[in-house]
Amino acid sequence: MSSAPLLEVENLRIDLAVGGNRFAAVENVSFSIGRGETYGLVGESGCGKSITALGLIGLLRPPLSFGGGTIRFDGREIQNLPPAAMRAMRGKRIAMIFQEPMTALNPVSPVGRQIAEMFVLHEGVSWREAERRAVEALASVRVPAPERRVKDYPHQLSGGMRQRVMIAIALACNPDLLLADEPTTALDVTVQAEILDLIRDLSAAKGTAVLMISHDLGLIANMCRRVGVMYAGRIVEERVAEEVFRAPSHPYTSGLVASLPLLGARSRQGRHRLKEISGVVPPVTAFPEGCRFNPRCQRATDICRVNDPAITPLRNGGVRCHHHE
Amino acid sequence: MRFRANLVIGGALFATVVIAGLLAPWLAHTDPVLDADLMYAEEPPGSAYWFGTDAQGRDIYSRVLYGARISLTVGIVSQLINTVIGVCLGLSAGYWGGWWDDVVNGLTNLMLAIPSLVFALAIMAILSPGLTSLLIALGLTNWSFTCRLARAATLSLKSQGYVQAAKVLGYGDLRIMATQLLPNMLGPIIVIGTLGMGSAILAEAALSFLGLGIRPPFPSWGSMLSDARDQITTAPWISIFPGLAIFATVLGLNLLGDGLRDILDPQARSRRA
Repeated sequence: MSSAPLLEVENLRIDLAVGGNRFAAVENVSFSIGRGETYGLVGESGCGKSITALGLIGLLRPPLSFGGGTIRFDGREIQNLPPAAMRAMRGKRIAMIFQEPMTALNPVSPVGRQIAEMFVLHEGVSWREAERRAVEALASVRVPAPERRVKDYPHQLSGGMRQRVMIAIALACNPDLLLADEPTTALDVTVQAEILDLIRDLSAAKGTAVLMISHDLGLIANMCRRVGVMYAGRIVEERVAEEVFRAPSHPYTSGLVASLPLLGARSRQGRHRLKEISGVVPPVTAFPEGCRFNPRCQRATDICRVNDPAITPLRNGGVRCHHHE
Repeated sequence: MRFRANLVIGGALFATVVIAGLLAPWLAHTDPVLDADLMYAEEPPGSAYWFGTDAQGRDIYSRVLYGARISLTVGIVSQLINTVIGVCLGLSAGYWGGWWDDVVNGLTNLMLAIPSLVFALAIMAILSPGLTSLLIALGLTNWSFTCRLARAATLSLKSQGYVQAAKVLGYGDLRIMATQLLPNMLGPIIVIGTLGMGSAILAEAALSFLGLGIRPPFPSWGSMLSDARDQITTAPWISIFPGLAIFATVLGLNLLGDGLRDILDPQARSRRA
């Protein structure tokens, strides 16, 4: 791995406009992803994971807007790139796959044509050549009988197959970075495993870095080397994946880990209630004073209600808490 | 494949009219303009004159055949102009929004507020009567429904996952409109297009009836109806046959539009298969 990371995000801020006021939906988010690395962002719904990804590729739309910070991709700052330059980058160097494979494909166009369009759009090849490469791309995501499947319309494919097509489209032009926004949430558990294997194998083979966004800690732990845990628009803990599980440092992370159902736990520990974190993520318009987690935190003391904790460096990462373990 | 009555009947009616128009020189018995014979004026339908003759003794059967050419040209060309204008305005307004959307909405409301026939009348009054002016007048006055439809479809399609995905994959605005939005709204656009063709044919008939469309002696169904006004009690066939031709063509187009909508939806296509 070369020394400079592929993607460096520093102090990213994303604003949400509500009735003339601006609130920071995402604030002080910094992380970096090396070439070929798979980085995980995990957190509850509404904590800012998806808009962070959209912010990276300049697709925030009102009421959301870019609020500040720097995004360095391959050594170049891209947060203020003109729209045309940003568009040329999307799909070719940074691609994205979504949660809903049901709706992310154009229903009136055969899937082969949708894959082929990427080659025509970003590599300027002829349609004939592009259609040929679409068959190869479909074969590479392990779709059986790809030369027949390219003629199928999205509704003729199962959810898993559609997500494979989506991955084929996203990886068609060998992007450097793949943003995977909950790519398996809408799929059956068995299909989930296949899709994750596929993403892992293809990104390893092509050297594609992956930003894996999920609320599923197990998935993140399986796929990623490093993990950022997001809460209320911030990364509250960033660690190597297995350490997050073994010794979570931030009380929010501990809470998430404790709330995971474990297979066989009942025979070992007896029957007991699954732990939950009380309360919900506060809305962007009403983030609390001090540490944003303090109203839900069991370790919270007076300082947490007044003072916003800075990042404390840990081995292989950092944590944003006054009372970290 | 299931039998689709509306598609088959509508298609057959429309095809008959198209074939009649194309083959008019061979199917017609006489020249529609020149072969007037006052000795045989207002002959009732019979073996010599299938649809009878008009006040100038011209064969109505031949004139109805040639009239199909004018009605079809007017219907197809003017509706094509309407569709192109309506889709371009509606799609771009829905997609870009902002001030452009306001401008297009204002224009559409303006067009809807003025009856399109009155508008067409005004344009015809400025231009000299004739086929070209008729095409311009009808092509510029009936795009508001298509525009509304395209704009509404764009607004709902814009939030679809695949349109968002296309953006993320680096598609430009025009490419998104051409490959993602337009194909997905084509069904209703074609349906409203065929319906519009029917109303354009009716509008041509109305304008010709008022003397602002196709000039006599050239046979248009509308001008034939107009000429037949005085003989409607004494020689009803002079107005019945052009009237039937208009009726059959518009009915055929409406049924066809209906049937097309069913098969243009790819989901419906595979449900049947």
